Amino acid sequence: MATSVAHDLSHAPSVIQLRGVNKWYGQFHVLSDINLDVKQGERIVICGPSGSGKSTLIRCINRLEEHQRGDIVVDGVTLSNDVKNIETIRREVGMVFQSFNLFPHLTILDNLTLAPIWVKKMPKKEAEEVAMSLLKRVRIPEQANKYPGQLSGGQQQRVAIARALCMRPKIMLFDEPTSALDPEMVKEVLDVMIELAKEGMTMLCVTHEMGFARAVADRVIFMDRGEIVEQGPPSEFFANPRNERTRTFLGQILHH
Amino acid sequence: MGWLRQNLFSSWGNGITTVVLLLAIAWLLSWFVDWAVLTAVWTAPSGQDCRGHGACWALIHEKYRYIFFGSFPYEQHWRPLFAVLAMLAMLILSADRRMWNKRLLWIWSIGSATTFLLMFGQINISSSLIFFLALVIGAGGAVLRATVGSPIEINAWRALAGIGVAGLALRLVGLFPAFTLSIAPFSYVETSLWGGLPVTMILATYGLLFAFPLGILLALGRRSNLPLIKSLCVGFIELIRGVPLISLLIMASVMLPLFLPSGMTIDKFLRALVAVILFASAYIAEVIRGGLQSLPKGQFEAADAMGLTYFQKTTLVILPQALRVVIPPLINTFIGFFKDTSLVLIIGIFDFLNTANQALVDPKWAGFPGEIYLFAAFVYFCFCFSMSRYSKYLETELNKGTRR
Repeated sequence: MATSVAHDLSHAPSVIQLRGVNKWYGQFHVLSDINLDVKQGERIVICGPSGSGKSTLIRCINRLEEHQRGDIVVDGVTLSNDVKNIETIRREVGMVFQSFNLFPHLTILDNLTLAPIWVKKMPKKEAEEVAMSLLKRVRIPEQANKYPGQLSGGQQQRVAIARALCMRPKIMLFDEPTSALDPEMVKEVLDVMIELAKEGMTMLCVTHEMGFARAVADRVIFMDRGEIVEQGPPSEFFANPRNERTRTFLGQILHH
Repeated sequence: MGWLRQNLFSSWGNGITTVVLLLAIAWLLSWFVDWAVLTAVWTAPSGQDCRGHGACWALIHEKYRYIFFGSFPYEQHWRPLFAVLAMLAMLILSADRRMWNKRLLWIWSIGSATTFLLMFGQINISSSLIFFLALVIGAGGAVLRATVGSPIEINAWRALAGIGVAGLALRLVGLFPAFTLSIAPFSYVETSLWGGLPVTMILATYGLLFAFPLGILLALGRRSNLPLIKSLCVGFIELIRGVPLISLLIMASVMLPLFLPSGMTIDKFLRALVAVILFASAYIAEVIRGGLQSLPKGQFEAADAMGLTYFQKTTLVILPQALRVVIPPLINTFIGFFKDTSLVLIIGIFDFLNTANQALVDPKWAGFPGEIYLFAAFVYFCFCFSMSRYSKYLETELNKGTRR
């Protein structure tokens, strides 16, 4: 089994707690009674059929979506309507989107330095140094002065990851980061994510890249119809899924 | 040759159409050149000498000073002339993208001060106004520079605002004597004597200058999650858009004074300007809303996820993109309003078209409306065409590098 980077988390403190979280879109019950504890440094992969609520779940963690019942605590701060709390949490949580969402009117460098300068009040020079070192890490420092529209999808997504890292977040959320990419660009993005995982970043990743899950995840969560159906370390999860729905889903995505 | 055959003479039908159209254009053009240049009268003592000839440009020659400057005292015409030049310089300078920083504030402060000093001739600033300005500038500086300024700078802004508050308070309880700062290099000319091009330019420039930010606020308000703000903005926009500009102008000039306490008057020119601002802002708001709605939801989410505040998100991420998208319709609205300012003639303000109109009234020169209106049309065209070209330049300039 390729659980080479799995590490001991039994003594790590918990950084995200979800208790009885419920959310409805009108009549549609998109999240029902979600309970989840994420430990510091834990790498979680969330999978499930479309419409299962997996994206909604991670979008609730930084309040891009509002949950209606239950508690979400991130790094000791409880999410509520209090704008201060939301801003505090967003400063600690980085997010990478399926469609990159880079700002097309700003250069790559300006995309990266925007939040550090305005949210963290970092001096411009320092922010640019941080940005350049992160661009080197995602292996595209030479693109710093181009605009997002001039880059390939894979490059844009790597910039988006670097942009999120610029805020030195404690937690990274990935919302299907490779789904909008051409197949030949998936690997370059996954490589960056694997590297990040090895450095001990707390990650929640919604993805169907089961190879990635096998390589780095500490825990795989399967969601269906707004519920967490099954979860466990990848070795167990892939070898003997207990639930019928999990088996069906894995059968569909692994044998195609 | 190949191009001609392919595009103009590809078949018998097309060939005949081409020939007929060319002949028609040539005939119209020769008639126009004959009328406007060859047989035109350039100077004449009175309209009588123009009869039987082509265009009577002598009329323009005779009346151009009235058309451009209206009833402004004749021997002082250099003042509106320089006011127009100051405004043109201000507009041309601020059209350059390299000036889009702190310099813009200087350009507009100096340009506006020059313009109004030349037009009024004297500016009296009461002590209360000075303190009020200190308060507004100080508070504005402290808020706008709060995140980027050094502590010393912020304290300077606060001190300025403090002086404003203290001064106003002292003024109010009567401890501070009333005084007026007079800058009076020229003789005073009241707004009712203003006319011609400076009036049109002031109405358009300052009308749009104030309508633009107001329009942005209305557009943002209309998309707000707060029900009260949203319904206020929707109500305002729909109300203003639902009435003709003329009715707003008449309300501002006839109805408003009836509601004011007796003895209190507001300058008619100012009232017209406010009506234009309100009207333009509603239209600008709708144009900008279109830009806001064209942005993908992901842009808002990415800005939110970074922890930017609403103000930062709007000014750094959303508006720069939304405004870029709406440059063509926005300039379209601007051009429309530049021409709509001519409606102020209905409440007796002498804008450029109205003074041109008035030039026809002189019995000595009666009977040449074509020349006058052609001339007025030409001047309007110069302004509108420059705006249109500028819109095109701005689009390519701002989208440099952002497209693949």
